Amino acid sequence: MDFFNRFAIPHPSFLIYASMVAIGLTGIAVILGITYFKKWGYLWREWLTTVDHKRIGIMYLISALLMLFRGGVDAIMLRAQLAIPDNKFLESQHYNEVFTTHGVVMILFMAMPFIMFFFNFVVPLQIGARDVAFPRLNAISFWLFFMGAMLFNISFVIGGSPDAGWTSYFPLAGNDFSTSVGSNYYMIAIQIAGIGTLMTGINFITTIFKMRAPGMKLMQMPMFTWSALISNLIIVFAFPVLTVLLAMGTMDRLFDTKFFTIGDGGSDMLWANLFWVWGHPEVYILILPAFGLFSEIISTFARRNLYGYKSMVASMVVISAFSFFVWAHHFFTMGQGALANSFFSITTMAIAVPTGVKIFNWLFTLWKGKIEFTTPMLYAMHFLPLFTLGGVTGVMLAMSAADYQYHNTMFLVAHFHNVIIPGVVYAMLAGLTYYWPKMFGFMLNERIGKWTVWLMSTGFILAFIPMYITGLDGQARRMYTYSEATGFAPLNMVAFIGAGIMAISFALLVYNIYYSVRYSPRNIGNDPWNARTLEWATHTPVPEYNFAVMPQVKSTEAFWDAKKHGHEIFKGKIEKIHMPNSSGLPFIMSCIFFVFGFSMIFSIWPLAIISLLGILGCLVYRSFEKDHGHYIPVEEIEDTETKLRGAK
Amino acid sequence: MKLKWTLLAMIFTVAAVLSGCEPLLVLDPKGPQAKVQADDIMLSIWIMSGIVIVVFAILVFVLVKYRASKQSADYEPPHIEGNMFVEAICIGVPIIIVIFLSVMSVKSNYEVEATPKGYEGQEPLVIYASSSDWKWHFSYPEEGIETVNYVNIPAGRPLEFKLYSYGPITSFWIPQLGGQKYAMGDMVTTLHLAADEPGELMGRNANFSGAGFAENTFDVEAMSQTDFDKWVKEVQDTAKPLTEEKFNELLKPGHLGRSTYTGTHLEFSPAPEHHHDSADSDKVSEGEHHHESSDSGKEADHSHHH
Repeated sequence: MDFFNRFAIPHPSFLIYASMVAIGLTGIAVILGITYFKKWGYLWREWLTTVDHKRIGIMYLISALLMLFRGGVDAIMLRAQLAIPDNKFLESQHYNEVFTTHGVVMILFMAMPFIMFFFNFVVPLQIGARDVAFPRLNAISFWLFFMGAMLFNISFVIGGSPDAGWTSYFPLAGNDFSTSVGSNYYMIAIQIAGIGTLMTGINFITTIFKMRAPGMKLMQMPMFTWSALISNLIIVFAFPVLTVLLAMGTMDRLFDTKFFTIGDGGSDMLWANLFWVWGHPEVYILILPAFGLFSEIISTFARRNLYGYKSMVASMVVISAFSFFVWAHHFFTMGQGALANSFFSITTMAIAVPTGVKIFNWLFTLWKGKIEFTTPMLYAMHFLPLFTLGGVTGVMLAMSAADYQYHNTMFLVAHFHNVIIPGVVYAMLAGLTYYWPKMFGFMLNERIGKWTVWLMSTGFILAFIPMYITGLDGQARRMYTYSEATGFAPLNMVAFIGAGIMAISFALLVYNIYYSVRYSPRNIGNDPWNARTLEWATHTPVPEYNFAVMPQVKSTEAFWDAKKHGHEIFKGKIEKIHMPNSSGLPFIMSCIFFVFGFSMIFSIWPLAIISLLGILGCLVYRSFEKDHGHYIPVEEIEDTETKLRGAK
Repeated sequence: MKLKWTLLAMIFTVAAVLSGCEPLLVLDPKGPQAKVQADDIMLSIWIMSGIVIVVFAILVFVLVKYRASKQSADYEPPHIEGNMFVEAICIGVPIIIVIFLSVMSVKSNYEVEATPKGYEGQEPLVIYASSSDWKWHFSYPEEGIETVNYVNIPAGRPLEFKLYSYGPITSFWIPQLGGQKYAMGDMVTTLHLAADEPGELMGRNANFSGAGFAENTFDVEAMSQTDFDKWVKEVQDTAKPLTEEKFNELLKPGHLGRSTYTGTHLEFSPAPEHHHDSADSDKVSEGEHHHESSDSGKEADHSHHH
């Protein structure tokens, strides 16, 4: 029995037991459903073993949406707890776990896979490639991410969730102050997902450098591909820091090393520094692809080329470089003195310049355009003013002396939600709506879509603007409750109402998917938005090989040139196409990683050693495996092409 | 146009709330450091409002003027690569704003990290403020007294808070006197504050430190120098001495009310001021050795510091 005690929840509550039952029932229902419809074979052949970038992209998307709802439920619980003073809905330990998982889930398991979805689905199509450079590595990336995410998510029903905040500062996250296995989950689940992310970075840099369509120079890549390139470069530079950091944290927690301890030569400040050396570039990893998507969408629906292409690229390069020199602005109050604070204050403000350039370029793209307010465009038009607000409050926070007053308050919480939600989340939802027809062959309903946007922005403003005010009034972040006397109550109630409206808007998004699956017309052609770049030049749905003939590119907008100026994209005749084989190895190895992670979290050493050997075994097997891929014969391609043309 | 006015109205409402009706704590300074910070905040709010208004105005203008429904069906938007002059303005103006704000920021940095302006000539009162789960201990070494969860300070005299922690990282914050600073286990940080006038103020730990974080607050009372001296005298005469045993009891995780002692814990559990080790503190830490679980790593570390 002793052995099993470790899996018990340290602070059980009705909500957690209810979740356990819900998870159990859902799991059983899914397994029974797949068995009943005899879909195990289909699932294995077409999804679990696939190396097709489009399918991997869609799996990232499904994971991201699931995590969005998990993180969203966390958010609603937090706002509900704070809606009234001295509330007894959540006790402090539970509240701490919820805001910790809210942060980790939203950043690492929602926003990250969402941008991975766009990298995967869009980049190869946009550069006219047939897959990514290393398709099998891509599958490993996804499955490692997925297993890391699942491992993290079971924490609240097995052993207890991390409770030291998503920043997990030591010594609070050390064994002295976090006695449950929660912080082990943090260290190990994020590590596993992070390895996958690092591989994605390598994969996409290679893909973008080596696999562009004939004629496409670097300065002719669509803006989203540029943003993906820069973002992946940041991943490759920043994620190794996270890997090392989490490894050190794991050793402190499991093997009693002293990296981050007080005394014994350890330093708690080392964790904070390394965390943000990764953490700040991480926010640019998220926001740059968002900028890329908005660039595509704004240019498409302003019916104009993107204004200032070169300065757009240059500003992203500058942002990526500067993102590594601002990390200490996350702790101006650590006491490093006026000189260090002045350095980081100036570098931080300097980032506002290239970001401002991008805002103005978008505004000038609208200038002399012919603006159509489709749902993706509406997201973009809400993004511009709201993100500007978040950006300028960022400049305010960058003034380090004043930051002594903003730090650790709701003002800061308001700021980063104000850049992440209108910035990243709006971009993800706009991009989702924009690329939905390319993925599934029908559009999402525009009317419901626009309602979603307006509701979301209303909810957003009500939920987060009040926090700027309560922050300046002294409401610290991460407080599970406050007294009536503080006077925070009315604005926190407004914030709760705003969060509720946002929840309704997300429910509307789900309803829109359901509605459109049932009622949307299917004969929409390949280019329903009248777009400008290569991904719209191929068929819908996109065939396995993406392009029957390699496209020829001469400008930043090859497809637009083809439509307007008679540029011929597909020259030459169909030849047999080389494609990679599916493989079950990435999935199997990632499952073993899951077991390895789980046994590390609970210090079950024999199982950890066995699973580690299993992982090594997979790697060895792969090294000796002969797999040269396969060719799709010309007849089969011609058949598919005829069918897809007829389908229009 | 309706949208534009709505947005403008919104900005002014926010600005109005920020600037006055009911003063927000941070914007209602009671000391020179908080004043520096409140001035910086208001200055940046005004400059940033200007930027926001410019962006909103351009956005509303282009959205109204260039929407498809207002144009003829055969209008074909032109291809425009960019314009050196326009882009130079878009880079130049923000750079000027950033330079201006940088100068302000650097200037304020040096102000908040030094004895408050107008108080330079005076001898500061040094108070050691240390946190433990989830309390604050205030030691007045010169007066030889110690308080828990409340701190009395003389108004009109510079204060030097020496901050450190007996647990997770915390952040010492009295919003109306000035911004916060971290208290950590392995070093001492210094926060320079001063109160201009007597009054009761709110103080708290602002950095998340576990289950009891929300209630990790303390009371601050600024009083005249005479009242302060009287209070010190009274404590010295009436309070019980702080023994090591008592202090260890106080350190145990939990919440406590206010309490007062003579003597400070600095005598038997000195602050982690590694870089200013004097002969005095050497002696104290030698004496400290036998209290600690003496594993070899700790021993080595200590000898390293001496």
